[in-house]
Amino acid sequence: MTAPIPDALTSMDGPTALPRDNGELVFAAPWEGRAVALALALVERLDLPWDAFRLRLIDAIADDPERPYYESWAAALEALVLGLELATPDALAKATPTERSPL
Amino acid sequence: MSDHGDHAGHDHADHHHADHDHAGHGHRAEPLAPVEARVAAIETVLIEHGMFDAEMLDGIVENFEHNLGPLNGAKVVARAWVDPEYRKRLLADGTAAIAELGFGGAEGDHMVVVENTPDVHNLVVCTLCSCYPWPTLGLPPTWYKAPAYRSRAVREPRTLLAEMGTPIPDGVEIRVWDSSAEVRYLVLPERPAATEDLSEAELATHVTRDSMIGVERL
Repeated sequence: MTAPIPDALTSMDGPTALPRDNGELVFAAPWEGRAVALALALVERLDLPWDAFRLRLIDAIADDPERPYYESWAAALEALVLGLELATPDALAKATPTERSPL
Repeated sequence: MSDHGDHAGHDHADHHHADHDHAGHGHRAEPLAPVEARVAAIETVLIEHGMFDAEMLDGIVENFEHNLGPLNGAKVVARAWVDPEYRKRLLADGTAAIAELGFGGAEGDHMVVVENTPDVHNLVVCTLCSCYPWPTLGLPPTWYKAPAYRSRAVREPRTLLAEMGTPIPDGVEIRVWDSSAEVRYLVLPERPAATEDLSEAELATHVTRDSMIGVERL
């Protein structure tokens, strides 16, 4: 058995609470899980408080409350990456694939 | 669900010989959502930046696989165990019966449920990539995408299952179902013995992801 899901994730509440179904966390597509993993890994590697991401997620949801949750998550992740100057909008545009990789 | 012919076009002969590329498999036809592409770009840039490697991300996702689990599918299975009418509907039209419980979506819009019996054990694979019923089973396990599983599930399912800790008795037929972008399979495992007193919710906790892929018997 692996480690449990980090508390940072499961303890978020209000609009930032992860989508749940009957109390259980659910992803509707692979990229959603990948986006969550990216946020966790980035915060861990840079030794940032989880709030560095969480506050951007709050902003992203407030920016567009109708947008699906994980799209706001992706927007927050992008804002964090740009804010930390780990990437430029140009670099992200260049790295954006046009089709899904085979696996 | 004993008639393979119902799924012509998805049986192994057709699948391997006529559709042996991803275009035929339907993946190229699925559009890549802008947000999905953007997340992929962020991953690429951060990995190039040396922030972490893909293996670290894989490890985190693997953690989700174990802990976010096959929970929706487990509810479907438990309902089928306690409600014979639901079971009939589930085997007749998996997509509709699963939607009754509120599960569905792009990766589960043509679900076929195959039932294990004392004489038949079902195993699900995607030989060409990793088609998987997300809405019911959550994240696919890493081994599901591995070439060894994808080829051996078809070539030597009995040996593979034994190696995975699930020996299938000689008298039991193994049926292998090849998932694709068009059809995704879910195994309805046999209800374990001595569970008559359990509630539907309690039964659901006994249903594992692996049993619904067919690599485990409960």
